[in-house]
Amino acid sequence: MDLDFTSQQQAFRAEVRAWLRDNVPKTPLASYDTREGFEQHRAWEAKLAEGGYSSVIWPKELGGRGSDLIEWLIFEEEYHAVDAPMRVNQNGILLLGPTLMEFGTDEQKARFLPRMARCDDMWAQGWSEPNAGSDMAAIASRAVRDGAEYVLNGQKTWSTRAVFANWLFGLFRSDPQSSRHQGLTYLLVPLDAVGITVRPIRALNGKQAFAEVFFDDVRVSVSNRIGEEGQGWNVAMATAGFERGLLLRSPARFQRTAKRLMELYRRHQQAADRDPSIRDGVLKAWMDSEAYNLASYHTVSRLAKGYRVGAEASTNKIFWSELDLQMHETAMRILGPRAELVDDPEVHDWLEGFLFAQAGPIYAGTNEIQRNIIAERVLGLPKS
Amino acid sequence: MDFTFNEDQVALRDSVSRFLMNEAAPELLREIWETGGGRSRELRAKFAAQGMTGLSVPEAYGGVGLGDIDWALVLEELGYYAIPDSLVDTAYVATTLMCQVDEAAALREQWLPKVADGTARLSIEHPVNPYVADAHLANVVFAFRAGAGGALELHAVPGAGLQRSSLTSIDASRRLAALPQKLNASTRLLAGARAQAMADATLDRASVAVAGRLIGLAQRMLDLSVDHVAQRKQFGKPIGSFQAVKHHLADVMTKIEFARPVFYRAVLALQRDERHRAALVSHAKLACADAAWTAARKGIQVHGASGYTWEVDLQMFMKRAWVLDAAWGDRAFHKARLGEALVRDDAPLGPAATLS
Ligand SMILES: Cc1cc2nc3c(=O)[nH]c(=O)nc-3n(C[C@H](O)[C@H](O)[C@H](O)COP(=O)(O)OP(=O)(O)OC[C@H]3O[C@@H](n4cnc5c(N)ncnc54)[C@H](O)[C@@H]3O)c2cc1C
Repeated sequence: MDLDFTSQQQAFRAEVRAWLRDNVPKTPLASYDTREGFEQHRAWEAKLAEGGYSSVIWPKELGGRGSDLIEWLIFEEEYHAVDAPMRVNQNGILLLGPTLMEFGTDEQKARFLPRMARCDDMWAQGWSEPNAGSDMAAIASRAVRDGAEYVLNGQKTWSTRAVFANWLFGLFRSDPQSSRHQGLTYLLVPLDAVGITVRPIRALNGKQAFAEVFFDDVRVSVSNRIGEEGQGWNVAMATAGFERGLLLRSPARFQRTAKRLMELYRRHQQAADRDPSIRDGVLKAWMDSEAYNLASYHTVSRLAKGYRVGAEASTNKIFWSELDLQMHETAMRILGPRAELVDDPEVHDWLEGFLFAQAGPIYAGTNEIQRNIIAERVLGLPKS
Repeated sequence: MDFTFNEDQVALRDSVSRFLMNEAAPELLREIWETGGGRSRELRAKFAAQGMTGLSVPEAYGGVGLGDIDWALVLEELGYYAIPDSLVDTAYVATTLMCQVDEAAALREQWLPKVADGTARLSIEHPVNPYVADAHLANVVFAFRAGAGGALELHAVPGAGLQRSSLTSIDASRRLAALPQKLNASTRLLAGARAQAMADATLDRASVAVAGRLIGLAQRMLDLSVDHVAQRKQFGKPIGSFQAVKHHLADVMTKIEFARPVFYRAVLALQRDERHRAALVSHAKLACADAAWTAARKGIQVHGASGYTWEVDLQMFMKRAWVLDAAWGDRAFHKARLGEALVRDDAPLGPAATLS
């Protein structure tokens, strides 16, 4: 065991730090759930891509740096240490990107990946449907083959930032006789295609964070299909694996929140110490965010030695989403009666974060589903 | 020993509940928030027609002169329907305050008949709250403030011409303001020990009133969640058939079962002005807030993504529960107060102390 970074890793850290120092916007951007904020974030992502930081783990020829996951963790530490903006094209970069690299044709890679890295295209994820939430295999939106095209009908929902995005990747049932995991096809759909209606859905905070997407005889080219017809489930599961794992939420993000929580506590310590559970909460935030970081370095070190991450990745999702809730609840306790004031500068980010933390145990596979996966696929317990 | 409510109290609850079910539907409440003032004169008039505004007002002023225990079940209903109105502050907390202060005789003459007929609104400023709810429409604001020498004073400040800066809450039904002005000696009703005693009694009454609404909110979120999981199907069956989902909701039910009697006990302590009143009230506020927060967290969890939307009504009740938690003393305040009470020699500890 050796926890010292190599000189190459140290040099990478220094380079990232210097670049971020020179480039991170000096004033915070507007919320990316507004049109204005979305465009600001998009401009920032384009700048990241110019610096080669859009996704450090992507290969060099696709605009990445060919970093391993240790460098990725280093990048994330530096990124969150300076409170750089939230990432707005994660769906593309983290979910679709790796899928294209694994299953896409050369033509598809060339067509989509560089534009994705630069944020010329913004991607929305189209898995969920009104009757296919936790039970994703119940997808009913149809894709009917007609020559060199598919004709899409049906509805997707909860598609994050589909209001502002211009492309959607999703699963459609191409074999009407099929059921469950069979007969699904993975398609890329331009959101400005004829027959698409995007209806915004307002989230808890009142903003248009996600949308319903309706398909009415929408025609997409067969060249927009990833993998074989009817193989969409396997293709999609590869990205769901990435999502549940480490990449969606790096530990640095939570370490940053735990640090902010400690700062908040210290500013209000006298009042907060009337309730010993507040201090417990602040300490737990530090412990759990450190633990998540250590577990991540442990995992990526094992990956580097050739281990595979399987269903145990589900523990990540449970751990970070519950940590995020706990930290924001503790902040609410410290802020006390002021915690409800949306325009209070000390409150604003905590309150928004508190609302968003409520969604953490729901999106990217609910925590109940994750617990079932751990119990059944890792612990080997019988299915109910 | 009879720890239940009498027939009249239950009948009052039933009629209030029926009335609110019809007149305070979530769609109507949402419409009311959208208006600048956030309050509906018509709704208040309907409360008056139901007799709800006169519950604490003495008969001489057109009310029925009921007490804390009579309010208990009504408070739960007001929480259950998330009523966005200063009804509780006006008709219960401030009205009781006015009735207990001799110096408020002229104010009683002037305002209590109007409280009873639904045309007057009262608000309360207290050091435990950094701002005042519903000051924008108040005819009178009862303000507990430290005076020149640091001792507490009680003022009755006319609402007309009051300076205030409005604050926006995450709960769209709240209307909050800070009242920055210095108070004039001419509005002072009480000072010193009596002002302090009234401030303490008002804090306890208002805290109990919040606790009761929190229990009602918890019950509402539980009911909405039970309905949702019974109807929503995934994997070919109602999601309520999955143990993980069942257990979430059973946990909420358990919290409610062990908060509601604590609330009732605190109401009694308030009505009888018992020696351990402060400790019992803090216990009630903490237990009810915990039940309501649990109901919100588990409620959104079993709703899935729909619970995270503006359209689905769960959000109205969650936000109310989140904000009422810290109104009239946040958890740190009530835990500190409870802690102080329980380390004293005369603390209500051990068997046979609960109801003594
Ligand atoms: C903020 C946010 C962003 C999202 N973004 C996207 C997006 O961009 N694209 C997209 O496709 N989707 C997105 N989603 C949808 C998300 O994937 C679903 O919410 C999630 O899969 C759960 O589905 P559901 O909401 O229909 O809840 P349901 O599946 O109805 O679940 C409700 C409850 O039942 C429980 N439950 C269901 N089945 C079981 C079981 N077998 N055992 C135990 N418990 C069970 C769940 O755990 C949950 O508690 C987003 C959701 C949120 C909240």
